[in-house]
Amino acid sequence: MDKIRTEHLYFYYGRKQALWDINIAIPERRITALIGPSGCGKSTFLRCLNRMNDTIPRTRAEGRVYLDGQDIYSPDTNVVELRRRVGMVFQRPNPFPASVFDNVAFGPRVLGLYSRAELADVVEESLRSAGLWDEVKDNLRQDALSLSLGQQQRLCIARVVAVKPEVILMDEPCSALDPIATLKIEDLMRALSKEYTIVIVTHNMQQAARASDFTAFMLSDAERTGQLIEFGPTADVFTRPRDKRTEDYITGRFG
Amino acid sequence: MRQTPRVRWGEFAIESLIRVIGFSTVGFVIIIFLFLLREGLPAFAQINLDNLFGTRWYPTFGLFGTLPLVLGSALITITAIVIALPLGVATAVFVREVAPNWAREILKPMIEVLAGIPSVVLGFFGMTLVAPIVRETFGAPTGLVAFTGALILAYMSLPTIISVAEDALDAVPKLYRDAGLAMGATQWQTIWRVVVPAARSGILTAVMLGMGRAIGETMAVMMVTGNAARMPLGLDALFRPVRTMTATIAAEMGEVAHGSVHYHALFAIGIILFVITFLINLAAASTMFRKRRRGGLR
Ligand SMILES: Nc1ncnc2c1ncn2[C@@H]1O[C@H](COP(=O)(O)OP(=O)(O)OP(=O)(O)O)[C@@H](O)[C@H]1O
Ligand SMILES: [Mg+2]
Repeated sequence: MDKIRTEHLYFYYGRKQALWDINIAIPERRITALIGPSGCGKSTFLRCLNRMNDTIPRTRAEGRVYLDGQDIYSPDTNVVELRRRVGMVFQRPNPFPASVFDNVAFGPRVLGLYSRAELADVVEESLRSAGLWDEVKDNLRQDALSLSLGQQQRLCIARVVAVKPEVILMDEPCSALDPIATLKIEDLMRALSKEYTIVIVTHNMQQAARASDFTAFMLSDAERTGQLIEFGPTADVFTRPRDKRTEDYITGRFG
Repeated sequence: MRQTPRVRWGEFAIESLIRVIGFSTVGFVIIIFLFLLREGLPAFAQINLDNLFGTRWYPTFGLFGTLPLVLGSALITITAIVIALPLGVATAVFVREVAPNWAREILKPMIEVLAGIPSVVLGFFGMTLVAPIVRETFGAPTGLVAFTGALILAYMSLPTIISVAEDALDAVPKLYRDAGLAMGATQWQTIWRVVVPAARSGILTAVMLGMGRAIGETMAVMMVTGNAARMPLGLDALFRPVRTMTATIAAEMGEVAHGSVHYHALFAIGIILFVITFLINLAAASTMFRKRRRGGLR
């Protein structure tokens, strides 16, 4: 089943073109990795999927993006609702300057959940699914910024999980982390993919090869930024790429 | 590049000038403080402390109780802040987060002009316009009461509160806003639950600076508060005349004999005011300092 499908998706920052005719079908409850050299539009594409690009003035998306068959760029889309269904984890861990508990409880509270007992349940459950519960359960009141970066990133994942989205977008979630923290996040992604559709941008080839089910390779050329070159099961993309440029990239010949 | 001796001399001259100016500013502050101490400290020796911190200020009868004046200042300052804080923060949020660019360009200079209105003008405005309204709305015998003073002070501290709070909101990283929005919070939820709390120490600083501004204000307050040196106690204190420390000094300094007990007592009020203002500013500075040390937020 395809969770997200795009048709002829183009994107512009003002007059700068950033995505070119992207057609992709992202499968449900799988991990899809986006790889490609810097500036090829991976983040831009990811941010089209929850319309976070809307927050940047003078940007424009053309084409269609379907979530469960519904066009999220149609005028009657409720963007707030969309972002609840499509959560996002950022490159730099960005917990709010508040306690661990309040960070995770943020989403549920925004959704109108105020009962202390229920909040406590949601917080525990979310922290467990982010693999952070055992490390913070003794002190949920501690300042989130006092956690290590890896813990902060897992806290951000817990924060997203707490609103029970359907899709989780991750933009280079491990780039600020050490190898051990990175492996923890990868294990976590694997576990989360049983319930969630995950799209992750990564610069790390091994990570894409190791942790994803599908891989999309993006590239820019002289005229067109942000083209999708190849998309398929990760094993195929890495062992027998169809496109010469994909092969060059994954074997490290450019980019 | 080789420097000619002329350039070097010019540089030396400018540098020394700046240094002299810098040091003399500090010097003047110290001189004023020492003067204040020299003229005010004798009061603490001449007047017995029960009297000095008593509840009655009748200099002609030798009663120098500063308590009603301190409380008078506190009453209108705190009331002013209670009024100005929500208004100021809401305005800052509007200017920073909601208003379109063109509106922001108009609003910001207007708020700065607000800060430049001479206080005697505001006092006049308070006497002729605000006081009658207060009198009629609350059915008080006179409109020249603590509440009128508080309104004027609130108005005067608004520009400070707005611009400092706005800077604080501006300093909240985009990452936090993004996180809020990406969680499916609406723009308002993001502002009230993420941005404002993240800026809270800056907002606290804004409040304290606004308070510092309000407590030291003299002219407008003297014109609109009625200047009765009575203890502002009881539920209706806000709608009775009060007298502040500043107004007392300003009103009475002209008529005391140099070197008399009354004269020293007025300077003693000055010391008290100085200490209070200093503590408020210190608190403001320390929250700012703490914020910087923590790397930007909280
Ligand atoms: N806010 C913006 N305004 C204008 N142009 C932008 C903006 N953000 C990105 N771009 C441009 O769009 C193109 C795609 O950028 P994007 O950030 O999506 O690339 P990326 O693949 O995520 O790169 P990286 O791997 O370095 O994160 C780049 O050419 C970039 O310069
Ligand atoms: Mg990127």
